[in-house]
Amino acid sequence: MGGFYGAVAIRGFRRYATYRIATAAGIFTNTVFGLIISYSYIALWDQRPHLGGYSEAQALTYVWIGQALLAPTALMGGGFENELMERIRSGAIAVDLYRPADLQGWWLASDFGRAAFQLAGRGVLPIAAGSLVFDLALPADPVAWLLFAVAIGLGLTVSFAIRFLVGLSAFWLLDGAGVAQIVWIVALFFSGMLLPLNAFPGTLSAVAQALPWAAILQVPADVLLGRRHGAGALAALAVQAGWAAALLAAGRLLQAVATRRVVVQGG
Amino acid sequence: MPDTYDTHDTRDTHDTRDTHDTRDTHATRGRPAATAAAGAEPMIAVEGVQKVFDVRRRVPGSLRRERHEVRAVDGITFAVPAGEMVGYIGPNGAGKSTTIKMLTGILTPSGGRVRVAGIDPSRDRARLARRIGVVFGQRTTLWWDLPLRDSYELVRRMYRIEQRRYTRNLDACVDLLDLGPLLEVPVRQLSLGQRMRGDIAAALLHDPEVLYLDEPTIGLDVVSKAKVRGFLATVNAERGTTVLLTTHDLTDIETLCSRVMVIDHGRLMYDGGLDGLHAAGESERTLVVDFARELPAVEVPGARWVRSEGPRQWLAFPAGESAAPLVTALAARYPLVDLSVREPAIEEVIARMYGAA
Repeated sequence: MGGFYGAVAIRGFRRYATYRIATAAGIFTNTVFGLIISYSYIALWDQRPHLGGYSEAQALTYVWIGQALLAPTALMGGGFENELMERIRSGAIAVDLYRPADLQGWWLASDFGRAAFQLAGRGVLPIAAGSLVFDLALPADPVAWLLFAVAIGLGLTVSFAIRFLVGLSAFWLLDGAGVAQIVWIVALFFSGMLLPLNAFPGTLSAVAQALPWAAILQVPADVLLGRRHGAGALAALAVQAGWAAALLAAGRLLQAVATRRVVVQGG
Repeated sequence: MPDTYDTHDTRDTHDTRDTHDTRDTHATRGRPAATAAAGAEPMIAVEGVQKVFDVRRRVPGSLRRERHEVRAVDGITFAVPAGEMVGYIGPNGAGKSTTIKMLTGILTPSGGRVRVAGIDPSRDRARLARRIGVVFGQRTTLWWDLPLRDSYELVRRMYRIEQRRYTRNLDACVDLLDLGPLLEVPVRQLSLGQRMRGDIAAALLHDPEVLYLDEPTIGLDVVSKAKVRGFLATVNAERGTTVLLTTHDLTDIETLCSRVMVIDHGRLMYDGGLDGLHAAGESERTLVVDFARELPAVEVPGARWVRSEGPRQWLAFPAGESAAPLVTALAARYPLVDLSVREPAIEEVIARMYGAA
C-alpha cells in the first residue's frame, strides 16, 4: 500500500508542476507581499525594538518564512479541500468510497505531493529574493535546518488534518465554502502569518500558542530562528506531532460517521 | 472506531489469496467439485433489504422543516448465482442506485441482509472492494488530469495487481475495447464513449468476481454501445464474471441478459426471464390493417381499435392470442388490402409495468 500512496503523492506533485504560469505568478505575489510586510515590520520594529523578543533581522526572516510556507500549508486555500467538498456535493465521493483505498490517506498523500511542489516552487525563490534585499537571520547550523524540515512536515500534517475536517463538513452542509472561509481567516491569524504569536499581548499570545495553528508557521519559524533549540525544539516538535495525531484521529472518526450516516448525493 | 479503515496489512495478504482461489475455480469450471462449491452460495444474496432515508423538507409558507421518511428500497429479496448476468431496471428514483450502493457497501441497509461474495458489504467494505468492480455511467472513476495509462497504473497499485496479471488484463481490454490510441491521452480530452470504455477497462483490471454496471451505455452512440455490449458479453462468458447491470436502454438487456429484475418504488415488481415480462406486463400485439379505402374505426371481437391514419388502422389484441380468427373476421366484413402483425416492444411492456405500480 505504501507504493500506492507514494504514487498518489507523486501525481499530486506533477499535477501542480504543470501549472507553470500560475507558479510564476505565485512566486511574484509572495515576493511582493514579502516586501510590503517587510517594510511594515521595519517601521514597527523601529518603534518597538525587540517586539515579541525578535531582533529586526529575525522579524524580517520570519516574514519570508511565512511567505515561503503560505502556499504549501494552503493557509489561504488552494489545497485539496475544495475538491473534496465538490466531490461530496456532486456525489462523486461514491467512487472514492467503494475503492480499497483509505479516503484520508489518499487525500493526505495527494496534498503532500502538492505541498512538496509548492515548497520547491513557491518556497525557495521568495526566501532567496528576500535574502537579496534584506539581511536575514538564516542559521548556518545544519541541525537547525533539519529540525526546521521536520517542523514543516508536521506543520503540513496539522494543516492537512484541519482542512480535512473542513472538507468533510460538506457531508452535512453540502456547501462547505462558508466554513472554509472562516477557517482560513482563523488560520491566517492564529498561525502567526500576520504577526508572530509571541508579539501578541499577554493572554492572547498564550492562547494562540496553545492552539493547533501555531504548529503551522510559528513553531517551524521559531525552530529555524533558534528561538527554540535543543530540548525546547524537540518539545515543540512533540506538541506539533500531538496535534497532528489528534486532528488526524478526529478526521478519521468524522469520516466514519459521515460515510455511515449520511446520504451519498445523486442517484 | 472505523473498522473499515483499519490498516490493511493482514487482510490484504489474505485477500489476494482469496481472489486467486476463486480465479482458479473459474478456470476449472467444468469440474463437478468446483461447480458444486460455487453453487453453494449465490454470489449476490439480498434478503428483505430496506433503505430508509430521513429527509428534511421545508414546509411551504413557513421556515419550519419537517422530517420525511423516504423508503428508497423497501424490502427487496433476490439472489444472483456466480457467473450470471442480470438486468436491473426501473424508472428514475426507483431505488436502483441505492441498491447498488448497498451492494458496494457505501450505504448501510436500514434492514435486511446483504452478502456479496460471502462478505457483508457495509461492514467489510475495504475487503469487498478488491473483489468487485463498479462502473458508473454518469461519473468517472478515472483521474481527470492523467493519461489513461497513468490512471490504470494507479489502479494497479491501489488493488495491488500482480504485474503479469495486470499486463495480461490490460492488453485484453485494450484489444477488445480499442483503447490503444487512447492510452496516452488525458482523460479530460476523451469523448464520452472513449471515457466509458476506459472506465470499464479500469473496473476489470483486478479481475473482479462481481461487476456492477450503473447505466454503462448512457449517452453513447450506436457504435459505442455495440462495442461496450460485445465486450461485456465476452467478459461474462470468458471470465465467468457475475454482472449486475442497470440501464434505461432495454436493448442492453435484450442483448446481454437472460434474466431481468424490475424495481419500482423500492419494491421488486418482476424477477425472471425476458419472455415472462410480456405476460407479466399484459402486453398486446398490434395488427396493422390496410383497407381499400378510408373507413370509420372498425369493430371486431377480441381486438381493440387503437388509431386510424387514412385507409390504415391499428388494432391491439392480447399477445397470447392467435391473430388468425381476427384476420378471418376482418376479411369477411371489410375490403382488406394488406396486413401485418407487430410484436410488442419491450419498452411498452415495461412502461405499462411502471405505470401500474
